Amino acid sequence: MSERRQRWLGVGLEVTVPLLALVLWGLLSAGSDTYYFPPLTDILSTFADTWLFERVGSDVVPSLERMGLGFAIAVVIAVTAGLLLGMSRRARIAAAPIVEFLRAIPPPALLPFAILVIGVGSSMKVFIIAFVCIWPILLNTIDGVRGIDPTLDDTTRVYGISSRDRIWRVMLPAATPQIFAGMRTSLSLALILMVISEMVASTNGIGYFVLQSQRTFAIPEMWSGILLLGILGYVLNGGFTLIERRLLRWHRGARASALG
Amino acid sequence: MARRAIPDWALPWLSVAAVLVLFELLPRIGVLPREHFPPISQTLDTLAQQAGESKFWDAVGNTLQGWALGLGIAAALAIPLGIVIGSSRLLYRAMRGLIEFLRPIPSVALIPLAILVYGTGLQSKVFLAAFASFWQVLVATLYGVQDVDPVATDTARSFGFSRVQRLFRVTLPSAVPYVATGLRIASAVSLILTVTAELVIGSAGLGRSINLARSGGNEELMYALIVATGVLGLVLNTVFVKVERRVLHWHPSQRREAAAR
Repeated sequence: MSERRQRWLGVGLEVTVPLLALVLWGLLSAGSDTYYFPPLTDILSTFADTWLFERVGSDVVPSLERMGLGFAIAVVIAVTAGLLLGMSRRARIAAAPIVEFLRAIPPPALLPFAILVIGVGSSMKVFIIAFVCIWPILLNTIDGVRGIDPTLDDTTRVYGISSRDRIWRVMLPAATPQIFAGMRTSLSLALILMVISEMVASTNGIGYFVLQSQRTFAIPEMWSGILLLGILGYVLNGGFTLIERRLLRWHRGARASALG
Repeated sequence: MARRAIPDWALPWLSVAAVLVLFELLPRIGVLPREHFPPISQTLDTLAQQAGESKFWDAVGNTLQGWALGLGIAAALAIPLGIVIGSSRLLYRAMRGLIEFLRPIPSVALIPLAILVYGTGLQSKVFLAAFASFWQVLVATLYGVQDVDPVATDTARSFGFSRVQRLFRVTLPSAVPYVATGLRIASAVSLILTVTAELVIGSAGLGRSINLARSGGNEELMYALIVATGVLGLVLNTVFVKVERRVLHWHPSQRREAAAR
């Protein structure tokens, strides 16, 4: 088989296999009278009834607000702390056991603590999302700052560039690819914690809706919520990849020219 | 370099001591509300008492059981599947779209389904933990199998190694470090999902005990159990890193790390 034909076949398969899987799901569930696994067509029509756009304002927007706010807070705190810790070896040594321990706690275990101290409102969810998202970004920022080319660092010192400029113009850009890698991990954590926190204590949100549907045995509604969360995960991940590619275009260009 | 007043080795101990003192003093002098933040000595005291109770160890055992079964099932399914898919270019292209679509689905979205199908016991917990860990191991294995040095494969081929021999002598050994990293991350994910299931669904284990302690108004116990859960996470991770280093001592990534230390 020619190289070219094989490539087209690959691309074709990449698109058709997920579609085939969807069709298969539709066919297998078509005549289904199993209570827990309703036909895909039922799920899709319920999806349209529920999420387009009746519950967008009451559940989707609050969920996304909490997630976005928590994530943003985590980015600011983690990048700042990461820069500071990345620059000082002794600060890093001192902070290591505390960071390691806080990071090792499975995040949902902190939910009861957040409920106790902050209550069951939105701020509790923002807190828990932010707290969990900090660690991947923090560790990646530290690594990014430490990985700066020593020649570059020395050069900026020799030329007497002020430390403010060094942080903004040298360290931060140099650490950006790593910071983005951490942010990507944190983004999927943010979605997970958003759902869990809404399942444990909430009166609205997608996670609340899904669990409530299950408890009232509204099975197609439950499936439609699961579907929405799946789409949300996919869109967030894909959107972030696009932004990352765009913002880091200079980085890949710089690397390519350095290699070439 | 100039001698410092505080040597490097003392820094971690000092920072830990400072945090402990802070969380002892702040609640006592009232900066942190006492009813929500018991002084740390009381928390640690409660933890020490718990260590003598069989109920506590039952909860730890339940959590560990969910973690181990979830991780084990995920590894048993994902590693062979990853090797098969990763060995064929065409199969990989065919499955990539599906994997990329299924992987970002937050596993916690399946909690209601797990309750319906498996009830509120161990099975639900294991299903969620296995589902979440599966993707970590699968993707790591796929990367590993594909990152085999083509020169090594070609060399083996020209020396007349059969397909099966190449798989066991070349592909698998060079994929092992990736799989190990995937397993380490999957281990953390499995623990997170286990605790989540205990918290949300109410299966027996540390997650449920923490929630019960909170709703029962027993703050010291709640904090003690959270600390215990953190220690569990730390121990599991440390064990994984140690085993990885021992098993992979021959691999360059580990040698570099050893030299850097």
